[in-house]
Amino acid sequence: MERALQGRMLLSGEASGPVLKLAAPISFWGGVDPETGKISDPRHPNYGMRIDGTVLVVPATVGSSSSSAVMLELLRNGKTPAALLLGNTDAILLLGVVVARELGYPTVPVVQLSSTQLAMMPDDVEVRIASDGRVVWAA
Amino acid sequence: MTVRLSAEEDSFVRGDHGAAAGTAMRIVTEMAELMGADELVQISSAHIDGCLYHGDGGVEFAERLVAGGGRVLVPTSLNVGALDLLHPKVVRADAQRREMARRLMEAYVELGCRPTWTCAPYQAGHRPGLGDQVAWGESNAVAFANSVLGARTNRYGDFFDICCALVSRAPYTGLHVAENRRATILVDTSQLPLGLKRSDVLYPVLGSWLGATVGDQIAVIDGLPPDTTEDQLKALGAAASSTGAVGMFHVAGVTPEAPDVATALGGVLPTQVFRLTASVLRDTLNRLTTTESQLVDAVAVGSPHFSLAEFSELERLAGNQSFRVPCYVCTSRNVQTELASQGRLARLEALGIIVVVDTCIVVTPILPADGGVLMTNSGKFAHYTPANTGYDVVYGSLADCVASAVTGRVTRDESIWS
Repeated sequence: MERALQGRMLLSGEASGPVLKLAAPISFWGGVDPETGKISDPRHPNYGMRIDGTVLVVPATVGSSSSSAVMLELLRNGKTPAALLLGNTDAILLLGVVVARELGYPTVPVVQLSSTQLAMMPDDVEVRIASDGRVVWAA
Repeated sequence: MTVRLSAEEDSFVRGDHGAAAGTAMRIVTEMAELMGADELVQISSAHIDGCLYHGDGGVEFAERLVAGGGRVLVPTSLNVGALDLLHPKVVRADAQRREMARRLMEAYVELGCRPTWTCAPYQAGHRPGLGDQVAWGESNAVAFANSVLGARTNRYGDFFDICCALVSRAPYTGLHVAENRRATILVDTSQLPLGLKRSDVLYPVLGSWLGATVGDQIAVIDGLPPDTTEDQLKALGAAASSTGAVGMFHVAGVTPEAPDVATALGGVLPTQVFRLTASVLRDTLNRLTTTESQLVDAVAVGSPHFSLAEFSELERLAGNQSFRVPCYVCTSRNVQTELASQGRLARLEALGIIVVVDTCIVVTPILPADGGVLMTNSGKFAHYTPANTGYDVVYGSLADCVASAVTGRVTRDESIWS
């Protein structure tokens, strides 16, 4: 049986990958290594995990305005998540993807979901992001 | 929803003002739409965080704007870069990284930005006034501009700040709009000891607690002394915007949009009330330190960049003592020039203090490569040091930092927290 959540497509695209739900808010600058895609903040509960290739669930972002630059470099280095599922319309992370598109780099879909929807998503399952903003997995 | 553009704004999108301005206006408009704005607002200044090197993508974007004839339309200051242009040897980076960092910094100057290279532009001559619409990047500068100056900006990320400056517009939403600037959360500090509230060591801890607690919401803090200093507010905002997404806070009776609690709350009851105690803050204090080591390998202060007033306090505490471990003080070239003209710079350097300008120790390799324990009085340094430098960190007051730099051992006066 399939489960699906209807999100708001912020930046278009299709993707699939395993869900990685971040257990705490994150600052990509000072939190993710742009060269390896690893979570680099020792105080973060997901420290050491790789975000590349995942469908990354980011309930909230905090911290640095350089997080957009880290997002751009992740895209440039091919170390980006397959898709981003955001709990809020984070202008800083989104911007990294917008600038990547302007520079002709490969980009990834970004979908906004409500906090209730994010809570319904299981961790570590394979999900598919459809071009209309639906997030689909087998249940 | 579609953003309504004026005829002039539309002419930017069409490319009438050059390729770079066209790209910038397209990005500003697209982000405005994603952020839910239905129009743009004219801005009068910008502060750019994008001049710090993180990789070649950022350089490519900036150089593309230069090639497209980009030129900022409003007074624009620049945040730190990855190099100390005045003391080149202070940064340990290979030639390739150095070259790309320099190209990035030069591109932003070519776009017409002022080479201020500081995360505290508000203490280097760039001070927008109450109610001014601006587009600022750098999380601490955003918090300061909104909270302490009463200027209006959202938390803008690298690249967006320059786009706004190239077209003198920002999305009219969020903190640009008066009714979104009222506090929804009340923080009561009346139970904190007065001695603690008068001490600089409180403010980075209070800020770290605030950011971790309120996320992106606006709080009004009640019960702080009416003479809370600008540097204390700077430290509070920098820490709150590191652990949280705080773009604005009010301090009742101190910050310009909070003559009292009721005004800051806009006459509405708060959604949450926190009554702070020293024991709650001690938990935050403990989390700022990552090691139980009693030895210190280096001391670093100046995040945000040290002000002249902070240098005066450092000079008072240091006296004629010499330091056993390297002691880095990060500041702006603007403040360094003042220090030099007053004959103070040479004296500081004679004590063994390493003055770093244009950059800082958590954004580029400056600390000795062998790692160890860093002591700081900055909540922002305490937050970013472990991930960005590999050093463990110990948080303490400026007096603690000086005492520890003299002995090479962690020396902290913790009596003030009880």
